[in-house]
Amino acid sequence: MTNISAEGLANKLKENLQASHVEMEDVSSGCGAKFNAVIVSDNFNGKPLLQRHRMVNDCLSEELKIIHAFSMKTLTPEQWTKQQNK
Amino acid sequence: MSSLITKLLVRPRTYRFLLQQRFYAANAGSRENIEKLVQSDKVVVFMKGVPTQPMCGFSNAVVQILRMHGVDSYSSHNVLEDEDLRQGIKEYSEWPTIPQIFFNGEFIGGCDIMLQMHQNGDLVEELEKLGIRSALLDAPQEETKS
Repeated sequence: MTNISAEGLANKLKENLQASHVEMEDVSSGCGAKFNAVIVSDNFNGKPLLQRHRMVNDCLSEELKIIHAFSMKTLTPEQWTKQQNK
Repeated sequence: MSSLITKLLVRPRTYRFLLQQRFYAANAGSRENIEKLVQSDKVVVFMKGVPTQPMCGFSNAVVQILRMHGVDSYSSHNVLEDEDLRQGIKEYSEWPTIPQIFFNGEFIGGCDIMLQMHQNGDLVEELEKLGIRSALLDAPQEETKS
């Protein structure tokens, strides 16, 4: 539990939020305290930003107690494609 | 008579009142108190540090975003000064991190949400609902304003 990996977080999000794409960047130089995330999931469809962030917070509630800083972008697959094509 | 006046002057009633205020701060994290705090102003921010000296990058970002929109009269509460408040606010809004922003008593989100609302224009709209005109609306077309 003390060693949080970007991969572990990404897997959890993929499993629990059916995230189709997760970019989890460990910006703490590997100590597992600071992450930047892009999370793409169908489950975000029709949900406002606050609710999407709550879904992620709930999913990672245990980890977030330890992680010092966590930044996220929550996108639907549609928004993600749009952003890719920019 | 004069001794009574002296007594009254020396009596630290006012100071006792201040001490009591501090004492009450022990309940800063209570649901009741937080409800009062979030409804005390149109914009209320719970942050690390104070707007003139934020003690965390995320809190600083929120302060800077509000500043860009010309929002400078808002209430801010420094959670680093009160552990009880720090825990209480997290439970109140069911949100694990600081900073936290409230508009008209309603929880808006943390730093990420503020930043994204700033980027997609929602923040201007939300401020308008509060009767606050974002300074960004005026900034670029200052000259053409009639």
